Amino acid sequence: MQRIGFVLLVLAALVVVLPILFVVGAIVVRGIGAVSWEFLSAMPRDGMKAGGILPAIVGTLLLTLGTALAAIPVGVGGAIYLSEYAADIWLTRAIRLAIINLAGIPSVVYGLFGLGLFVLFLQFGTSILAGSLTLAIMTLPIIISAAEEALRAVPTEFRTVSTSLGGTRWQGIRYIVLPQALPGIITGLILGLLRAAGETAPILFTVAAFFLPRLPHSPLDQTMALPYHLYVISTQVPGMPVDVQYGTALVLLALVLSMNVAATLIRSYYRRRRQW
Amino acid sequence: MVEQPPKIRIHDVSYAYGDRQALRNVTLDVPSKAVTVLFGPAGSGKTTMLRLINRLNDLVDNTRMSGRILLDGQDVYAPGVDVTALRRRVGMVFALPLPLPGTVRENVLYGPKLAGVREQSRLDEALQRSLTQAALWDEVKDRLDDPARALSGGQQQRLCIARSLALEPEVLLLDEPTSGLDPISTGKVEASLLDLKKEYTIIIIPHSVQQAARVADCAAFFLMGELIEYRAGREIFTTPCDQRTEDYVTGRFG
Repeated sequence: MQRIGFVLLVLAALVVVLPILFVVGAIVVRGIGAVSWEFLSAMPRDGMKAGGILPAIVGTLLLTLGTALAAIPVGVGGAIYLSEYAADIWLTRAIRLAIINLAGIPSVVYGLFGLGLFVLFLQFGTSILAGSLTLAIMTLPIIISAAEEALRAVPTEFRTVSTSLGGTRWQGIRYIVLPQALPGIITGLILGLLRAAGETAPILFTVAAFFLPRLPHSPLDQTMALPYHLYVISTQVPGMPVDVQYGTALVLLALVLSMNVAATLIRSYYRRRRQW
Repeated sequence: MVEQPPKIRIHDVSYAYGDRQALRNVTLDVPSKAVTVLFGPAGSGKTTMLRLINRLNDLVDNTRMSGRILLDGQDVYAPGVDVTALRRRVGMVFALPLPLPGTVRENVLYGPKLAGVREQSRLDEALQRSLTQAALWDEVKDRLDDPARALSGGQQQRLCIARSLALEPEVLLLDEPTSGLDPISTGKVEASLLDLKKEYTIIIIPHSVQQAARVADCAAFFLMGELIEYRAGREIFTTPCDQRTEDYVTGRFG
């Protein structure tokens, strides 16, 4: 009996792993041939069927950076407020409820919201600014929830000790609580930013250009972006070579994975420094 | 002991957490440069009394307080009192050793650095002085940059005492500082307390009646939020006036 259960559990774990291996394997095998220096560093040519995808790579990096700049201060600041300062009143509970619900909203709705607020009402136009802000709003719930959880995991006693030694509340947060919570906060940032980097729908109406074979000049410029470019060349352009499609998918995958690895290294560095 | 005005006057203090009354009309004068013991069964209000003196209970929501607590004649709850400055004058050590993250040195110097001390010579001086006062210097002088968590429990608790002393407080509040320690470490902490009372006013919640009797210059017996009996010297342990005190010190309850 126990043996059967064990086998079932192993199978369940394999069922999870196999598709990942299969997807990654298929993308690598079919896409690796298309990836060359030119593919990574040149503008697209011949109706995107040849040349490179540089503007899409740069666009995705810029959008991720813009999202980070907007979402990290607001997200971490909001989490610090909720965890360290906010009294348990109806307003705080309403904010928490809103955050939980925001996390469940489909990404295309964020795209429409960004179009209405940033592109049209605030007149940022279809731009990196509008796209970054839209992605930032989408990632905020992830960042706030993870950061608040990480802050709450820091033992209350540390705050009490800091206070008893003549520390203000902010000093306790700055010197004790925040450093301890940093690995958890960084995990939340990774999850949020990775999602932002790979999303198509929120950038669809707010920033992404179908075909723009140059690098953006300013935050108010449009740009190509990898997820949207992948969507375009996979569905909108007839006669697109398959290896270009898989090559683009491979680049997006590699970009996201390398960001993930870099962030994990940062996180484990801080975790090693933590001493309790 | 030279007759001096009391360091701390607690006057008619009542305190409640929500609906739960923790202290009722407590009045108590704490003498300067002596060890005052607050003892009584769990839940009798001792810890609350202690945490009111340095206003640590400001961190707790939904509480009510009446009465006055005077430190050197100044009401610590008066409007305009600098609470962080008050907490530097009134240090606190908790029941469990609670080293902050970081090294031995960082722990001791946390308070002085927050207080704005920058000169390395003053920080070095504070480090050595406070660790010596807490009877820890000889054991850790070669391990100042080791993580505080690497010390033994007894060493950690003396580190916490040193951490409070680094601020050169006038009053030291100790909430069962030896409850997690073995007898040898307890002996070391008690010995350093007897040394410290030459310079500091000490209020301690002991972890046993025996400890109370060993260290007390004055002793106050608390029961269910009320101060039952308060006397100078140690007679309270041998010839208590109140029947309830006698029942407690002879081990008939609690």
